[in-house]
Amino acid sequence: MIKQDDITFVAAEAFKRSGLVLSADKGYLLESRLAPLARAEGFPSIEALIGAARRDRSDRLLWGITEALATHETFFFRDNTPFDLFKQDILPVLSRARGSSGKIRIWCAACSSGQEPYSLAMLLEEERARLGGLRVEIVATDMAPRVLEKAKAGVYTQFEVQRGLAIQRLVQHFEQTGDQWRIKPNIRQMVNFQKQNLLENFAGLGSFDVVFCRNVLIYFDADTKRQVLSRIARQSAEDGFLVMGAAETVVGLSRDFQPVEGRRGLYGRANAQLNTRAA
Amino acid sequence: MRTCLVVDDSRVIRKVARKIIEELEFECVEAADGAEALEACRKQMPQAVLLDWNMPVMNGLDFVKALRREEGGDKPVVVFCTTENDMAHITEALRAGADEYVMKPFDGDIIESKFQQTGLLRAS
Repeated sequence: MIKQDDITFVAAEAFKRSGLVLSADKGYLLESRLAPLARAEGFPSIEALIGAARRDRSDRLLWGITEALATHETFFFRDNTPFDLFKQDILPVLSRARGSSGKIRIWCAACSSGQEPYSLAMLLEEERARLGGLRVEIVATDMAPRVLEKAKAGVYTQFEVQRGLAIQRLVQHFEQTGDQWRIKPNIRQMVNFQKQNLLENFAGLGSFDVVFCRNVLIYFDADTKRQVLSRIARQSAEDGFLVMGAAETVVGLSRDFQPVEGRRGLYGRANAQLNTRAA
Repeated sequence: MRTCLVVDDSRVIRKVARKIIEELEFECVEAADGAEALEACRKQMPQAVLLDWNMPVMNGLDFVKALRREEGGDKPVVVFCTTENDMAHITEALRAGADEYVMKPFDGDIIESKFQQTGLLRAS
């Protein structure tokens, strides 16, 4: 068992760096997530890893710990609904509003190993004929360098490409490389990956028409949620959209985004238009 | 209850697959090769077929081609489940009329995800 004051220390450091709220009863989570890091760093135990981080105030180790504690779970077309919303509600509305010579910018906040932005890129590629000359830029960010590396490489295991991804899409958008699968260059080039911590200033990313921020804020406390949502709103077009996880809401946290009726997880800025398809 | 025909020459694989598929609320029928599977389909057309590739008597590819020529044989959703995990095999299977493709090893999540892809299950 990890000592309680080690847990408290790690929780405080992870919170300071990433906003991640780790409750005191999460000792088991610490054990399972820090064991691989302790091994990789050559420590005989998790206690030794935490001990060294405390003693040396090693920023590198403390970041490593924070990164290891964050949840990077993701898969292609996760939960389906957000991608249906994107294809059937968001894309037609924005492509009409921006016109065929226009451009839309999409941000995947906390994209982990890249499955979400690549899913959007595949959808866009499949919709290309209908989009005319509309240009689309996808910016995908995460605070964790290790998952970003993987995202940029766009190489996935056989297990990863079988969760959520239809076989036709695997055939159409991937190439096999040994026992791994690499996303094709035309899809990879549609996504611009950058390192970004949501607690830090992200105004430099520019303004977006659609922000995907799914299953991220659930790890933050209410103040951090409010603060991040407010800064996302500042980077959002007046008729832009926000997509959140199925179990999340902006209600009580932000007035900049309003829930779109009948579309779970979809929120719009004040001037957001909506398609007239039945809910 | 909807039925799923599990076609594999390994009894162990059939048992594992049956457990997963019954949890997805399908009734399971088993066949040990393509010819047995075709017999089963002629008796009662299942809604889904989970299909191995390499089997004695009749392999999975020949089975799916034959099935698609049967009356009502266009209906079942056919999901390959095989150790053949290269692009050439996958495209050949799709061309022959398969709807989805699972590369072994598989688990319950993958089968469930593939059943959702093909509309056999509603996305959760």
